[in-house]
Amino acid sequence: MTATATMRPVRNPETRRHRARPVRWFRRRERLVLGSAGVMAFLLVWEIGSRVGFVDAFFFSRPTAILAAGIREVQVPRFWNDLRVSAFEFATGYIAAVVLAIPIGLIFGWYRRVSYMADPWLNLFNSLPRVALLPLIALWIGIGIESKIAVVFLGAFFSVVIPTVQGVRTVDHRFLDVAHSFGASQRRLFTSVVLPGTVPFVVTGLRLGIGRGLIGVVVGELYAQTNGLGVIISRASSNLQPDRMFFAILIFTFTGIVGVEGLRRVERHFQRWRPAREER
Amino acid sequence: MLKDGLALSADGIRMVYRDRSTRQELVAIEQLDLDIPEAQFVTIVGPSGCGKSTFAKIVNGLLPATHGTIEVRQAAHGRDHAMVFQDSSLFPWYSVLGNVAYGLVCQGVSKRDAQEQAMPLIRLVGLDGFEHKYPYQLSGGMQQRANLARALTVDPELLIMDEPFAALDAQTRELMQAELLRIWATSSKTVLFITHQIDEAIFLSDRVIVMSARPGRIIADIPIELPRPRELGIKRTPRFVAYEEQIWNLISIQLTKVGGRTVEAA
Repeated sequence: MTATATMRPVRNPETRRHRARPVRWFRRRERLVLGSAGVMAFLLVWEIGSRVGFVDAFFFSRPTAILAAGIREVQVPRFWNDLRVSAFEFATGYIAAVVLAIPIGLIFGWYRRVSYMADPWLNLFNSLPRVALLPLIALWIGIGIESKIAVVFLGAFFSVVIPTVQGVRTVDHRFLDVAHSFGASQRRLFTSVVLPGTVPFVVTGLRLGIGRGLIGVVVGELYAQTNGLGVIISRASSNLQPDRMFFAILIFTFTGIVGVEGLRRVERHFQRWRPAREER
Repeated sequence: MLKDGLALSADGIRMVYRDRSTRQELVAIEQLDLDIPEAQFVTIVGPSGCGKSTFAKIVNGLLPATHGTIEVRQAAHGRDHAMVFQDSSLFPWYSVLGNVAYGLVCQGVSKRDAQEQAMPLIRLVGLDGFEHKYPYQLSGGMQQRANLARALTVDPELLIMDEPFAALDAQTRELMQAELLRIWATSSKTVLFITHQIDEAIFLSDRVIVMSARPGRIIADIPIELPRPRELGIKRTPRFVAYEEQIWNLISIQLTKVGGRTVEAA
């Protein structure tokens, strides 16, 4: 067996330099330690800069003020209502998009003629900034949560359909030949060759879809201000409260990070058969 | 109807490809007639592009021939034919066991039964202990062992092998040739083997078919009368070398023909 990418050369234990414990601890967690250090350094510069007047605290606030604003915010019942509304819009639109986009993407990718018919529409919607449809959607179904769900749906749906179609189309011909050669049924062909080859593409789409869906929630709520975190941002802006705005923005960011990290775990589960790649 | 004692009969095979946009035609196989008796090990050698792999695909039912008919003996049990593909054709998302059991699963055997029946074949090709590894964790030689086991699991009447050792390094290739003979001796199936390695063809076969450069046709049909079982050492015997020389001469004429044409074009 040849050495894989995750292997490291083992040093001769007799000549290897013996390092102190904290150094070894650091070496093993380099990535995490340095990453956190980078974030902390930025926050520190911001905090100190704002306190000494180097950063204008009135417009830019500072980390501790944002934290304090967050603590105040979570004690207001209205905040929880806004959070619930935003979460509901996002979850409903995203899940509906995914549930429809994966099978539709598989069908479009598999049946050439169907995809010929669908291609112009896919291209059109892919080039179209979906949020531009928002005023039109509001006209059709009002400014309630339905219109925001619709924007989230549109954002996530095409982000998932397009890579899925791509994934099915780029399935390796060698493997189709093997399946045919052993007399695989259409169904077996699909489950044994097409699906496993398409999974990485689908996951990429799901990840893109999270970002697009979140954009839909924010823009929808900024445009049609009824309820939701977007409304908090917009209201805090008119009241000149950057700390509250940052707090609401952080919630969106956090949702995105958690979602993408969750998907990475799902992907890892489906990709056990792939050699582990170490990022450099 | 297939004549008694024949495993395969190809009659008047001609294969033409046409470019979709330029409408230009390419004759891959000009004319090919071939009868293979049961339990014979037959190898087709020829310069690259002579249509030998195309012929394997036609026999395997992956390509329809433009003209001609192929008849393969129908299996009493198991499949009529199975193919050992070129390198890296194992499904990367299945373990060795999943890959070797694949053919049976395709025929509706339950996954558990298929894996149970796959184990003896995994042992036969010397991969026991590796059944739960994924293809990327195996060397090239081991991957081709699994590829062979996958084809053998469906118990085919005719085993088609399309340049299975082409991507292996020279030493591994030699070892695999010896291994293949050992495994073949236990089952004595009919084999149609495709290669461009002359020594590989002679070492393995009862009969070597030499094909011309494109458009491909048979230019020689040479019975190999070397005793079996054969050891790798046989490759250095005078008779073996004489066969090598005979086939190399046939092929080198073909190569100069192709070379000449390239010069003309340039």
